[in-house]
This record gives sequence, C-alpha cells and structure tokens, in this order.
Amino acid sequence: MNSALLWNIARFILLLAAQILVFNRIDLFGFINPFPYILFIILFPVNGNKYGLLFFSFLLGITMDLFCNSGGVHAASCLVLAYNRPSIFKFSFGLSYEYQTVKLNDVLTPERFSFILISVVIHHFILFILEVFKFSYIWEILVRTTLSSIFTVIFCIIIIYLIKPSKR
Amino acid sequence: MQQIFNFILKNSYRLLFLLLFSISFLLTVQSHSYQKSKIISSANFFTGGIYERINGIHEYFNLKTQNDELAAENARLKSILFNTKDTTKTKEIDSIRGVKKSDVIVSKVIHNSFSVYENFITINSGAKDGVKPYMGVINDHGIVGIVDNTSKNYATIISILNIESKINAKIKKSNHFGSLIWNGKSTGFVQLIDVPRLASVRKGDTIVTGAQSDIFPENIGIGTIDKVYKDNQTNYYTLDIKLFNDMTNLGHVYIIKSKNREEILKLEEKSKKDE
Repeated sequence: MNSALLWNIARFILLLAAQILVFNRIDLFGFINPFPYILFIILFPVNGNKYGLLFFSFLLGITMDLFCNSGGVHAASCLVLAYNRPSIFKFSFGLSYEYQTVKLNDVLTPERFSFILISVVIHHFILFILEVFKFSYIWEILVRTTLSSIFTVIFCIIIIYLIKPSKR
Repeated sequence: MQQIFNFILKNSYRLLFLLLFSISFLLTVQSHSYQKSKIISSANFFTGGIYERINGIHEYFNLKTQNDELAAENARLKSILFNTKDTTKTKEIDSIRGVKKSDVIVSKVIHNSFSVYENFITINSGAKDGVKPYMGVINDHGIVGIVDNTSKNYATIISILNIESKINAKIKKSNHFGSLIWNGKSTGFVQLIDVPRLASVRKGDTIVTGAQSDIFPENIGIGTIDKVYKDNQTNYYTLDIKLFNDMTNLGHVYIIKSKNREEILKLEEKSKKDE
C-alpha cells in the first residue's frame, strides 16, 4: 500500500517535470502540443482512493496552469477525466473491471489502447474548448484535439513501455 | 438535518468534483477576461524561479543568434552615429521620442509561449525593479506586449499574439488609426482592423504604434502591410501585418514606464463624470 503511494507521488512529480521541461517545448507545426502528463490519471490504481484521485488531478492541473498562464483550463479538464474514469473503464474493459484487477502498464491489448485513447480525447477536447473559449473557433478546436490526441497517445504508449516493470 | 447530512455523505464524491470543477471553471473564465490581474499566473516565486533555471540552459544554445542580433543592432546604432550631419550637436541618446532613458527597464524573457490563442511571456524583472501592470514592452525590432501581472521578481506580459489584446496602431505615412489584433493563425502576422477606407494603404507600408495609446509611446515599429482586405459591409479595411519581431525567438526586452497614463486616465474619468 505504502509503495503504491510512493509510486504515485514519484509519477506525479516526474510526469509534471517531463511535461514542463520537454513536452511543452515541442511545438509541432506551431500548434500541436502533446500532453502526456495525464498518464498520472490514466495509470492511477483502479482500486485506489477516488477522492485522492480527484484531489491530485486538481493539483496536477492547477500546477500545469501555473506554468502555462492558462487560468484553470488544465485543472478543469483533468478533473473531468478523473471523474469519468470509472465509466471509461466500464466501457473498455466490461462491467466487471474491478474484479479483474486491470493493470494498465502491461502488454498493449485493444482494451488498454481504447481506454487510453478515449481518456486522451476527452481530456484534450475539454482542454481546447476551455482554452479557446469561443464557439466560432469550433473547427480549430476539433483539428487541434485530433492532432494533439494522436501525438499524446503515441507518447503515452512509449512512456508506458519504457517504465514497464520487467517481470522476468 | 439528518437528511442533509445523509445527502452530503451519499454524494460526497460528486460534490467534491463539482466544487473543484467550479473553482477551476471560475479561474478559466477569469483568465479569459482581458487585463484583470489573475490569481493563477507564472509571475510568482515558484514558477518564475523554475523558468529562470530552464532559461539559463536554453539561453546557452541560443547564444549565436543573440550575438548576431546584438551585432546587427550595434551596426545600426553606429550607422546613425556616424551619419549625423551636425557632429558638434549633442545627441539624443534614446531614439524613442518622449521617453527618457531613465524610464526604460531592461529585462530578459525567461518563458515565451506562442502556440495557443492566448499567449503570455514571463520576464525576470518585477515590482522590485519598478515594473507595474499596463506598461508597454518592446525590443529593438518593435513591440512585444503589455505587462499583465507582477510579483516581486517576475512579471507576465500579454503577448501581441493574444486574441484578447487590442493595441492602437497607425499607418506611419498617413496617420490613419486602427486597432491591432491577432486572429490566432500565424505567429508572424497580426491584423490591423477598422482602418478607414479613406486611408491609402499599399503593400509594404510601415505600421507603428499610434498616439491614442496610453501604454506605448508613439512611432514604435510593429510591421509592414502584407495583404489588404476590404470589408464591403463596414467600409473599413482589414490589413495583414507582417511583424518586424520574430515572436518565437525573444531575448532581451525593454519595459517602458508611461508617466502620463495615470494623468490621462484621471482626466478621462473626470470628463465622464461631468457628462
């Protein structure tokens, strides 16, 4: 139990640092920014404390906002993702996901991929809507969501594979 | 009473979500209202310090371009110095009219964003050096933005690449005014709107800051006209302006104290009250 908590704190700090130091500086074509820091919410233990998840998502988002000068945009989208996480789990892994003890950082199966994809798209869509905050820019929002989601998913999978604990 | 407690206990997860979400939503709404001091900004001890560290490393890789730019500015200043007709006359050191040398604060950009619709720049001088909100920020090419928030050692600037920013600007040769905005499309171009049809505009004409602005001194360079659009309904031109500045690569900037701003604002307040 204690080591899981430590793992989560380490993940929180490392992902934030990586996002601010490296990924915020990737400006592909001037407007595509991957946000793999949401891996913290994705990889949070399935049976972990859900209040803790909400609170830490808020903290994660508000720290990102501090660095990006963006008000509460990241905080709001992280919260929506954390709140809807159980339903996404239900959708991707079937109803009895809690009994199967889903482990996400393992071999990539279609279920795991769909879970990551849906989480990223939900987060990015809310993020860009709030960031632009004008409905006349709806096409730009959709384009940004699609392109950034693709890159975030790619980076997420790469990171999961890199930090996957070896079993043999 | 019992039922209220039960309700809260039952829905505590949802209520916590709603509470945190409404906080972040309020912060978002507040951040979109133009020129209001924000609660969440990178002008603070924590983020400013980290950005300064990062910039220390980043700057090292950028030394060559910075050197080239300084050399170019030196050459330009030397050419002004050597080509003056009256060599006995004492020279005005500052090229910006109406601004004394003591009114300029030199500062360094430590974080710059340009990939979203509302972009901000963080610099490493703050209230301690006399930086206050609403001061204009320029560099040797042209305007950069307006100071938004300050802390003791850092300040954030609303970049001209921010769809909420609106700066008074004019065509240099004809004195026709317009508002400078950004449509969020390209980092190299901004738009000048509400230019009257009477104005003669041609591709390549220079755009400078106007006298109506109480933030910037007059005649600071912005860019050149790149494209002219006519709006048939409103009888106004919309111009695409190619910026002198490369907003994606900023080094040192100058912050201009505008002494008259408070006086102008007070005067305008007074005339509004008298009406």
